[in-house]
Order: sequence, then C-alpha cells, then structure tokens
Amino acid sequence: MLKDTLNRWPLVRQILSGADGTGVEAMSERTRNLRPRHEGAEVARSVCPYCAVGCGQLIYHRGGKLVSIEGDPDSFISRGRLCPKGADSFELLTHAKRETRVKYRRPHSALWEELDLETAMDMIADRVWEARERSFVEEEGGEVVMHTKTIAHLGGATLDNEENYLIKKLFAAGIGMVCISNQARI
Amino acid sequence: MPGLGASFGRGGATTAPSDLLNSDAILIMGSNMAENHPVAFQWVVEARERGAQVIHVDPRFSRTSAMASIWAPLRAGSDIIFLGALIHYVLETGKDFREYVEHYTNAASILPEDFKDTEELDGLFSGWDAEKKKYDDSTWSYQRAGQEGGHSDGKAGGQTSEQQGQGKESGKKPKDLIHGERDDTLRHPRCVYQILKKHFTRYTPELVERSCGIPREHFLTIAEAFCSASGPEKTGAICYALGWTQQSKGPQIIRAAAILQLLLGNIGRPGGGILALRGHASIQGSTDIPTLYDILPGYLPMPKLGEDSHDLSGYIEKHRDKTGWWWNFDKYIVSLLKAYYGGAATEKNSWGFDWLPRVTGDHSHQGYFLEMMDGKLDGLFVMGQNPAVAGPNSRVERKALAKLKWLVVRDLVEIETAAFWYDSPEVDRGELRTEEIATEVFLLPAAGYAEKDGCFTNTQRLLQWHQKAVDPPGDARSETWFMFHLGRRLKEKAKRDPRPRNAGLNALTWDYPVDWKLREPKVEEILQEINGYKLPDRQSADSQSSGRQLLSGFGELKADGSTACGCWIYSGVYPRAGENRANQRNSRDLWGHGWGFSWPSDRRILYNRASARPDGNPWSEEKKLVWWDLQTKEWTGLDVPDFTKTKAPNYQPPQDARGDDALAGDRPFILHPDGVGWILAPTGLSDGPLPTHYESLESPVSNPLYPRQQCNPMVRREERTDNQYARSPDEKFPYVMSTYRLTEHHTSGAMSRTLPHLAELQPEFFAEISPELAAERGIENGGWMTIMTPRGIVEARALVTARMRPLLINEKTVHQVGVPYHWGYRGLVKGDSANDLVAISEEPNVRIMEAKGMLCNVSAGRRAQGAAALEQLRAHLRSW
Amino acid sequence: MAISAFLTDPSICIGCKACEVACKEWNQLPDDGFEWSGQSYDNTRALGASTWRHVLFLEQPQPLGAQITGTPEPFRWQFLSDVCKHCANAGCLEACPTGAILRTEFGSVFVQPDVCNGCGYCIVSCPFGVIDRNEQEGLAFKCTFCYDRQVAGLIPACAKACPTQSIQFGEISELRERAGARVQLLQERGYADARVYDPRETSVGGIHALFVILGRPEDYNFPPAPEIPTVHLKTAWTYALASAAVLLLTVFGAFFL
Repeated sequence: MLKDTLNRWPLVRQILSGADGTGVEAMSERTRNLRPRHEGAEVARSVCPYCAVGCGQLIYHRGGKLVSIEGDPDSFISRGRLCPKGADSFELLTHAKRETRVKYRRPHSALWEELDLETAMDMIADRVWEARERSFVEEEGGEVVMHTKTIAHLGGATLDNEENYLIKKLFAAGIGMVCISNQARI
Repeated sequence: MPGLGASFGRGGATTAPSDLLNSDAILIMGSNMAENHPVAFQWVVEARERGAQVIHVDPRFSRTSAMASIWAPLRAGSDIIFLGALIHYVLETGKDFREYVEHYTNAASILPEDFKDTEELDGLFSGWDAEKKKYDDSTWSYQRAGQEGGHSDGKAGGQTSEQQGQGKESGKKPKDLIHGERDDTLRHPRCVYQILKKHFTRYTPELVERSCGIPREHFLTIAEAFCSASGPEKTGAICYALGWTQQSKGPQIIRAAAILQLLLGNIGRPGGGILALRGHASIQGSTDIPTLYDILPGYLPMPKLGEDSHDLSGYIEKHRDKTGWWWNFDKYIVSLLKAYYGGAATEKNSWGFDWLPRVTGDHSHQGYFLEMMDGKLDGLFVMGQNPAVAGPNSRVERKALAKLKWLVVRDLVEIETAAFWYDSPEVDRGELRTEEIATEVFLLPAAGYAEKDGCFTNTQRLLQWHQKAVDPPGDARSETWFMFHLGRRLKEKAKRDPRPRNAGLNALTWDYPVDWKLREPKVEEILQEINGYKLPDRQSADSQSSGRQLLSGFGELKADGSTACGCWIYSGVYPRAGENRANQRNSRDLWGHGWGFSWPSDRRILYNRASARPDGNPWSEEKKLVWWDLQTKEWTGLDVPDFTKTKAPNYQPPQDARGDDALAGDRPFILHPDGVGWILAPTGLSDGPLPTHYESLESPVSNPLYPRQQCNPMVRREERTDNQYARSPDEKFPYVMSTYRLTEHHTSGAMSRTLPHLAELQPEFFAEISPELAAERGIENGGWMTIMTPRGIVEARALVTARMRPLLINEKTVHQVGVPYHWGYRGLVKGDSANDLVAISEEPNVRIMEAKGMLCNVSAGRRAQGAAALEQLRAHLRSW
Repeated sequence: MAISAFLTDPSICIGCKACEVACKEWNQLPDDGFEWSGQSYDNTRALGASTWRHVLFLEQPQPLGAQITGTPEPFRWQFLSDVCKHCANAGCLEACPTGAILRTEFGSVFVQPDVCNGCGYCIVSCPFGVIDRNEQEGLAFKCTFCYDRQVAGLIPACAKACPTQSIQFGEISELRERAGARVQLLQERGYADARVYDPRETSVGGIHALFVILGRPEDYNFPPAPEIPTVHLKTAWTYALASAAVLLLTVFGAFFL
C-alpha cells in the first residue's frame, strides 16, 4: 500500500529506477492511464457527408453518444484518409449551434417561437393541402395536367437516395408538384 | 449530365478516382481537384509519382496547379477553343487511335447534304429557327442507306425542342440511327470524321494564344503531353467539375472533352475516361433518383404536356429506341409506375400514367424563383440547400422568399435562408421590413448523416450505405421521417375524396414499416423498393408471407405489371433479403469490387467492352480490363462487363433485330441506338451536334470565330431590371470574374462556417487578384476591395498574389478576379455573398447559371454600408 | 520500444490542412480565433497552444523541379505541415523544473498538463518556438505525438488523415532512410534544391519530425542550426561544479595539510 503510494510519486520512482527524471518514470497517473478515447466504443461504418468523393468513415459511439469520427482504412476510395472537412465531421454533428427544436415564425412577426414537432407537421400538411387545393390543375383543353405549380421544393444533393426517392414519389407522383429542383443541374 | 449522356449514353462519370492510378496523363480542367476533392486527388499524386503527366488548365494557379507537371492559365470561358484546338491537333497530326475510332465511334457515319455546320452558317447549325430561337435537329441525323446525295428524312424524328433535359431523350421521337450510311475509310466529305475536321479547322494554336491567353508553344507542350497518352499501350483521363458546368455552354464543353477522348481511344479503358467530379455527397444520386422537375428515376423523362402526355403508349413510343438498350424503356416506366402506385396501377388505367403530373414549362430552381419573385408561389420546401447564399443573384432569391406564403427549411443549423426575414442584407438596407413580410417560416431540425441509415451515390456512381450510429438530437429527424409522416397526413386528407386529383395520392404505396422509437421508416425497405421486386400473383400468395421477392437486376424487369422497380439503373443493389450491396465492405481490387454497388450492375468502368479490340482481345496486356474468353464463350475480366455477357465479338445482328440484339458484337456504347460513341451527337443536346465556341454572356472580347454569334444562341438570359448584364466588352466592368470553392469550406458554409475548426482556416470573404491589377486599382494585399457587377456589390479582403496572372488576349491585357463564394450573413465567420454578383441565366440543356467568366469592376476600399451600398451600385450603373 | 517519428514531405503536400483539423478534432483543441491574415491561405499562422499542426503556404519565385508553368518568371507554391520536432535533446524538457515534460517510451516529448504549473521556462527554451502557453488555463501545450493513440498501437491523427501521405509516421531509422531516398529521387527528377531537414550536428542532436524541404530551412521558419539553450546552461553548471570542487579541495587541504 505504502509502496504503491510512494511509487506514484515520480521522484521516488526516479530514485528507484535510477533514471534522470525525464523519462517514463516521471509519468503522472493520468499520463500512465492514457488510452484512445474511442477504445472499446461501438463502430458504425459510414460515408463522409461533404463532397462527392465518398470517403469511408468509422463512427465511434458509446451509450448513444458520438465519441469520434475517423477515416476508414479499408475504403478503396479513401484508404482511411480525410480532408479537413471530413476530418471535422464529429464537430459537424456535435457543435453547439445545431438546431434541435422546431422554430416557427408567424407572418409579420419579429420573433421565433418554439413549436411542437407534431403540431408543426400538422400545420405544414395543412398549408400544403390548402395551396394544392387552390392551384391544382386536373386538365387543360381535354389534356391531363394533374399538377400544382405553386408549391416548390429545393434540395437533394446532400440527402440519401432513399430520401430523394420519397421526395420525388410523394411530391411529384403523389401530390402533383412539378417545381422540384436541387443543386445537381448537370 | 447530358454532355456525357449524349456522347456515351449515360449521364455519369465513366471512371473512378482510383483508376487514375492507371493513367499515363491526366488533364484536369474546369476543376480544382486538389482543393475540392483532396482525398480523390491522392490518386493523381500517386500517378504523378509513377510518372504520369498531370496537366492543369485553369484561370488560377491553385492548389491543383501547385501539384501539376504542367499548368496553363486560360481566360475563363474559352475552354471550347482550348479543347477544340486539342481536337484539331489530334486530327492534324494523325494522332487519333484509328482502329478504336473506326469501330467504336460514329466517325464513319455520313450526314445528309442539308446538314450545315457553324463554319458555313456563321456560328449556327442547320435547322435554326430564328423566331422560336431553337433548332429543328432533323439534319443532324445520319443519312439513311440508299439516300446518297439526298436529304434528311424529315420524318425520321427531327423536331424542335424547347426543353432538352437530363432525361434519356429530350422530347423527340427516336431517330433511326442504325441504318445510316457509313464510310469506313473516313474519307467521305460528309462523314462525321471529315465534318469534325472542318468544324475545328480554325481552332489553331494561334487562336489559343490570342483568345485563351496560352502562348502557342506552351499549348503545343500540353497537346503533346496529353495526346501521347493514347493507343494500345497508353491511356489518359480527363477530370472536370463546375469550372465547366457552370457556364452558358457547359454540356458542350464536356462534349468537346468527350470527342477528344473518343479520338484518343480513351473511353472504357483503364486509366482513361472522363471523371465528373461532383460537389455534394449524393449529387449523382440526386440526378439518378432525381429531385428534379424534368426526369423520373433512372433518367426516364417526366411527361411533358403535349405529345408526351396523351397516353402511355404514345409516351413510350416517343422515348423508346428501337435499337440499343433503350428498347427496354417500357419495362422501366411500367415498373416505376408499379412501384409508385402498387396494386391500383393496372393495365386498364395505363399503370397510373395519368396520375403523373405534366411538365408545362421551366420548373427548375431559377425558373420558379423568378416566378416566386413575381409572387406566383405559395410555399417552398428547402432541404439541405441554402439559396439565400448559394443561389445565383442571391439578392433576388432572398427577396423572392419574402413573397412566399410559407417556407419550410430543414437543416442542421439556422441557415441564412431560414433567417432572411430578420437577419439579411435586405433587412439592413431597408429593402425588406420584417413587419411587412407575411411569410410563415418553419425551421425543422434535420438529422445528420450518422443519425440515420441510408445510402449516397458518389462521384463514380457508387452507392455506399452509411449506418446509423446514434439517434438524432431532440426533435431533429431525417428527411425519410419527414416525408413519410407528411405523406401519411396528406394521404389521410385525400382518403375520402374521390376527385381525380387524389387518385394518384390515394394509390401511392406508402406502407413502410416504422421503428418503435422515433417512428422512422425502415430505410432498407425503401432501398428494396428502389431495387425492385416481383409482385405476388394470385396463385402464389404465399410469396408475400416470406417477404418481397427481390429482383437480381434490371434484366428481370417486365412491362406487364408483374415487376415494380423504383429506379431501374439501381436494380441489383438489393438482390436478395439480407444482401444490401451498398453496405458491402470487402474491397478486392483497385476498382473496389466487393465494396458498395456501382450502377449499373456493379460495373466500375463504363463501356468497358472498348477495353478490348474489336476481336475481343485486350488492346494490350498493360491496359487489359475485360475480354472475350474463347473457351467459355463469355466476356470476362477484371470488371463486370458492360456488355451482354454472351454476345460474341463477331456477332452480327439479323435484319430488323430489336434492342440490344440489334447491336453488333463490337459496339460498346450499348445505350446508344447505334452502339457507338458519338463524336457528332445526332440527338441529346438542344444547342448543337458539335461543340462550338461561344463567348460567355458577359465577355471582354467579341467572339473571335463567329462575330455574328457572340453567345450560345439558345441560352436564356432572363434579363430584367433585377437581373441585368454588362455589355461585352464593357469599360465599366472590365475584369473577368469567376466564383469557386475552397478546401476549408463547403458551398454556402452551412456545414463549415458554423464549425470553429473550419471557420478559423478561412475566416473572411476574400478575393484573389494579380499584383498588376492591384497596382492598377490601388488595392493593397490584406486591405479591402469592392467588387461590383450590374447585379450587386460586395466587399472582400484583397489577396494579391502572383498566382493570378494577367493574360494577353488579342494583344490586350485581360485581368481575372477570383471570388470564393462561401460566406453569408450568419455563422461564426460572416461576409458578403459572392452570389449577389452572379446573374440568373439558363444554359439550355440543364438550366444552370453562369458563374465562371462574368464581368466585374473592382476598386480599393470597403463598399458603402447599409442602404448606401445600393446607391453606390446605382451610381456606378448610372454612369454606365 | 521503437522510437517513432514523422516524416513530412511537402513535395506531395496539397495544403489541404486535414492534418490541422484532424489534430484539433482528436485532441479536442479550441480554435485560434477568426482572423484573416492576408498571407496566402495561411490563417492559423504558427504553431501554438491550440494549433499543433500548422500548414505553411509559401509563394516563391523559384521553379519546382521540372514543373512547367509557362510564366515568364519561375513560380512555385509550396505547402509544409509543421509540427513539434520532438528533439532528441529537447530544450523544453530540460528546462522544465516540475517534471511535467518527459520523454515517452516512443521517444516523443510529452507535456503533462496535470503536472505543469505554467512557469513558461519551456517556452523560451524551445529552439523552434513550438511550445506555447494556453491563455485560459495558463499551462504549456504542444503536440503530444498522439501519445494516447500510440499506446494502443494507433498512428497519430494527422498522419492518418493526410490525403496524400505527405505526413508519414514510423520508426525513426526507417524514416531517415526514406527521407534520404526521397531527396535523392527528387534531385534526380530535377528538384535540385531538395534536402532533408534533420539537424543532427547541433545540440538538438536530431529531431523526430523529419522534413524533406526544397531550398533553405529559413524559408520554412526552421533555424538552420538549432541549439538548445541549456547547452550554455550546462557549460555554466560544469564550470560552477569545477569551481566548487576546487574550492572543496582547497578547504579540505586547509584542514588536513
């Protein structure tokens, strides 16, 4: 017991080991216990969300919390490497400015208000329905038209294929929106 | 990507970054690859270390130039002159890979006598309708057999087309391209090879020197370095990005590159190809499964009101090619309709074809934003895009948002688009008043990529699954969640409403199973629908109990309603229960076989039949990829053959064969009705069968080749008081300006300016100018400068650097200004938005704006602040 | 335990700064403030308490090997990712009065924040100006050589992220060999001014972060002949000891003679 306690004192270890006090014998308990913070964490295999190269990423997480994100050495595309943006992915997901609640601005208001997610969904569905009802064209001169031009959508190049699939399916094939666009123009 | 589509058949990169390791020369143009795709650039660096020539042609000496073997600065907007001169060089010096050109391209096809080139018609092709401002492309077709000296057959399918899109076809009847006249000696004066030669005769090294600003000798060094990467033993690749695409003639620049690569025999071979370097994680995916107005998944065209939309059979008739792969068009559209509308889609109701909305105009981003500006839109959903900063003429886009009744923004942070009503330059300047803005705004927090399952399709057409690691924080949800639950609500509203408008919505299959916790739909089920499945017939109802019977690939698709498939080109990604190939992680080789799924059918290098000689043997041991195995009588090799596996190299189609059977065994470009690569594109692009040099919408010079045709004749300028242009040239706006990205930031900054570790690396909006221009305008490095175009005024810090070089164009000095566009009015680091300077304009094929090569003015010091900034701009314009 | 080292090779560095960010992410370092420098693309400017990898941007009127730029005057743009040199004889370590700075089993120089008292002696003793005091905590910080990763056999975060492997990590003698071979290759390819930066002849006694550089060390803010300040101090101590011995002998002599 005493020996252990004494051993933790760098000077004692230095004297015992005969070293000069600038080597491992000078390590504090904290230093001696250092391990990679993602050691033993769960790993999800993922893909960098920035540009279109598609670098492989390993997402370390523990207890429902992200621990760190690194390149996936097995990826034939990136061989474990990342650019500054890819290397910053952990910060992208965990930084303080992320929105986590619905914000709502009434017409003419100068303020954001908080809104319950389900309420917001109901309100959005009502807005869509109302705009569609008002503007829907079923036919024109005997020709099927089946569209509304007063609701538009923008975005998709940062989303998953499955998400884009549902957007096109519901917005175009479901409710007849034609104004659908994203960054990918070419 | 119609530039690639019209040339080769598919709108996707033909190759992959890792394959650049096999290249003997790499030409990077219209791309700053080291800067914007750093990790893909590792392959370029490694290729260079192995001896490949890396050539960078770009207005700026960038991080890519720093690593290149050769750099040449060119005047922004002069790319077609440069590439045309390379084509001219290849043809003049006889460096084309003749056996490849003869067999694998349409060089031998003969055009009718009434085809006229831009060289004959002062910058226009035959078929121009000056009144409608569009082409009738019937003369761009091949001369039918037995028609020697005759004229094109107007009935062959040529039609005017206002809207060419990204789809497989552009709203025209398919042309008969398989029974055309050919001259395999390539000597006939009207064969494509000879037409090409004449077309580019005036694209000389001297013209490059005068108009691009690259000295003749320097050009020849590059021409020699790149064009020697050709022939059986060698290959070269071309990499491009938005430096080409964001121009008023983008697809035609890509066409020029495609022609060059076809002449050099560099498509479908290891180390060859054209690599489109795309800018967002799933930008390829978002055209394959489009959130775009003019196409449906798998590049099937949206029905356009009119000829397209009378009935399904007419639509199919119009878009189906009799020969080549698109013969299968009916299977793909019917299977898509079955995926959308399920059991309600029957043969009787044409599988629900009439429930699809009809396209009646330009419903693209810029098109509908102008309508929004005019108060014609009610609502807008924005998901992962930030038009208030990233949209062209973003001043107009921000003001347009104030005309909406409601706006839904889904993002990780409160982006500028969500905050326009209280925190924007327009509010500061008094152009918008918060209390007067009636727009209702919903900002919904989005889930990050690690908080949801799903797959991206990257720049090389590779689908890669990303696994969910943790739940999203608070009320943040995925787009899958949002769309599913919005759809549920809308279907509920339509449920008891029998009006025709609700038939499609009521029929829409929307029964995705959800998880218990967040009620998030099971994403793999959606991917299975995209992959395709067999519909249970009444006899075998038990197949339902064991789950869906998934399809192994698009070869199984039928037009009789027995299969459903959400995107035919992705079919095969989920061939069996439990086998999500996007989630495969066992890479076996340089091309990554065993890792992810590359559309179509896991083929990594497209058109790879061309990696073998016409007789089926590899061109060389060094460059082998797939070949015909005489023993097994099959195509085999290092990649999945992009060819019918058992079709012998010497296969000759019987008369009147249809579909793929109509293509001979030496026709690698199987999506084209004639099976060859298109040096001259008989169809596919609205603004010409060959690339021709037109100046940018704003230019410091007149078109040196066609004085009567300054710009692309089909471009839409959308000129109006809030979207004005400088003259060409214009003493008030004498400098050439381009916008671009930096390594340290991502597009509008929503994913970088909010992050301390990235924000600190490039903390302020700056612009790059040469020491010469700085001296001319009294601007100091590190000081402020003001940049103006007729659209807007911004201030930036001045980075004066020898990396920017004045060019000598027509013996006059032309200065270029480089403007990164990442900043906005929110985030940790803020600054003016470069897109305030850019015009809303539409290239005719893809409706993209021109962000490279516009005109601007620069002056020392900051702009006036607040409302006075607009006065400063107006004063400059008044003196105009 | 093998001595580990970095070899940083600007001839394949693309200046992307992935190393800076990967380092900050792994080590959870704060930003350095958001100030634009006007010096090429370098806005973090120098190594410091919160920047342990720093990419230098050099625009020089010199040719880069056989690179053709077609410009009337030669021109090159170089990038170099600087880092703590983990000197064989480390000034900081020798100056540290608290035992906070030590040499690890991997040969790297490691600062223990829980032992450091913020005296700052190390800061003035670093011949490279690397180690720095953090304003908030008042303690000394610098590159840890990712000691917490190395103990588990992982390579440092910067070397792992580097897209072109311009930063290599490995055993020092092997990397010294590789550096020499690289310089030879570069010279054969026309980079006449290529050389290894590894000052072994001075009191620093060699460094554990080797660099292949083009041109003069000064251009990269590297001292051509770095010395550790304690060299002079040691001489002084030796002199003092000798004097004391003489004095002692004299005293003894006075007693016994």
